[in-house]
Amino acid sequence: MTLQHFMNEAISPWMREEGPDSDIVLSTRIRLARNFAQYSFPILANEKDLQHISSFIQQEYENQSFQDYRDFSFVPIQDLTPVERRVLVEKHLISPHLAEKNHSSAVLISKNEQVSIMVNEEDHLRLQLYFPGLQLNHALQKVFELDDWLEENIDYAFDEKRGYLTGCPTNVGTGMRASVMMHLPALSWTQQINRMIPAINQLGLVVRGIYGEGSQATGNIFQISNQITLGKSEEDIVEDLQSVVRGLIDHERKARHYIMKQSSKRLEDRIYRSYGILAYSRIIESKEAAKCLSDVRLGIDLEIIENVSRNILNELMVLTQPGFLQQYAKKTLTPSERDVLRASLIRERIQLET
Amino acid sequence: MDCQECHKRPAALHFTQVINGEKTEVYVCEVCAKEKGYMTYQEDGYSLHHLLSELLNSTFESSKGTSEQTQELQCPQCEMTLPEFKRIGKFGCSMCYETFSEHLDPIFRRVHSGNKTHHGKIPARIGGDMRIKKQLDSYKEELQHLINNEAFEEAATVRDKIKELEEQMRGDDT
Repeated sequence: MTLQHFMNEAISPWMREEGPDSDIVLSTRIRLARNFAQYSFPILANEKDLQHISSFIQQEYENQSFQDYRDFSFVPIQDLTPVERRVLVEKHLISPHLAEKNHSSAVLISKNEQVSIMVNEEDHLRLQLYFPGLQLNHALQKVFELDDWLEENIDYAFDEKRGYLTGCPTNVGTGMRASVMMHLPALSWTQQINRMIPAINQLGLVVRGIYGEGSQATGNIFQISNQITLGKSEEDIVEDLQSVVRGLIDHERKARHYIMKQSSKRLEDRIYRSYGILAYSRIIESKEAAKCLSDVRLGIDLEIIENVSRNILNELMVLTQPGFLQQYAKKTLTPSERDVLRASLIRERIQLET
Repeated sequence: MDCQECHKRPAALHFTQVINGEKTEVYVCEVCAKEKGYMTYQEDGYSLHHLLSELLNSTFESSKGTSEQTQELQCPQCEMTLPEFKRIGKFGCSMCYETFSEHLDPIFRRVHSGNKTHHGKIPARIGGDMRIKKQLDSYKEELQHLINNEAFEEAATVRDKIKELEEQMRGDDT
């Protein structure tokens, strides 16, 4: 299998399946940070040791399969062009941090893109597992199985008192970051989300935008994840996250009903205006595109717009990112060239639906 | 030098772009860098990092002072020193956790809401004994709970399980 496979499709194969509560929850992700006991962490390790780790992972796992995650591809970061790196970031298959690395950094990706294992990022290994919709408990069980499978061949850096040892003190213990990507248009419009975020923070959870730390909530997409990794078991962390996410889902559904009841014409108008912009505009900036896509997606969920697939939001959110546009155009584009191409891609995609 | 994009503000940032193998140098101001997409991702990476480093420094100063001995602590494996650790806010290797051990509790407590001990997963292969110990602890807790509630029949079953595990651990030692 070639790298092209990961580059051509904006939406990962696993995303095409509908998960639980997928009218609001786009995806569930669990990430584990793991290190080899015998080597220094990437920040201080010498090139030779990092190369050892990288070749070891390639030898042991390239083209291997585990359960449903088949045919792992091993992709050295230094073999990628800047645009290709950016595409993998936009698809959440690698982190921005890994994209900036060279030499012995790499990523191992399963064919369905559900598993990605980053090699020599901040830690030697960062295992990520994705599921569609809200599936935290299932994802935890599955990522544990994947972790045990890797551990058969690797001596992990682990300490009875501190748990899994990581490069950064903020990851020590479980090394786990569980996160849920949610589409919360009604809570955003009614400003309720702003009041809820401080309360969520109090519980040791963080709310971020779609591209992680510091990124804005474009398209009303929010990422909720745990901050604390030490002192609580993985099961407890996931349970806390689950209950907050459940609460947000309930509030979002209530807010949607409320808006439908109170101002259904206005809502309908807003949704169709956005649909019109997406279907006919010739120049569109990413912010406006994200806003309109969020409106249309809500319209689909509320059955105001029919015959358009739900996946359109996930798919176009990725497809209209700078990296993807340039990959598609096969050249570097200025921001205004991107706005033109973005508008034309969206028009084409919407025409496919009708 | 003025910004090459807007020609108004002074250039604050310097980028080297490689397009189709051709290298170009760009000098731009911060506003244009953001707008024109020179700064890709990661612009926030520093802030969290910075924060953590400040946190470490204040924690160290308040808890230990800066005696010379403390300053000289150095990890035997990766050679990271305590001042370095304070500055960058990251560990160099797993041995650092042991080397700086006595300085870590206050840091972990601040970062992890008062916690300093791991209570989660234990590796399946290398953590064999630790896993049994953890199971044993949870059985003992359960046993106490059952006795308190005078559920003696169930308590007896749990007690048998404890015995079994303890024997298993002794067996491993020999």
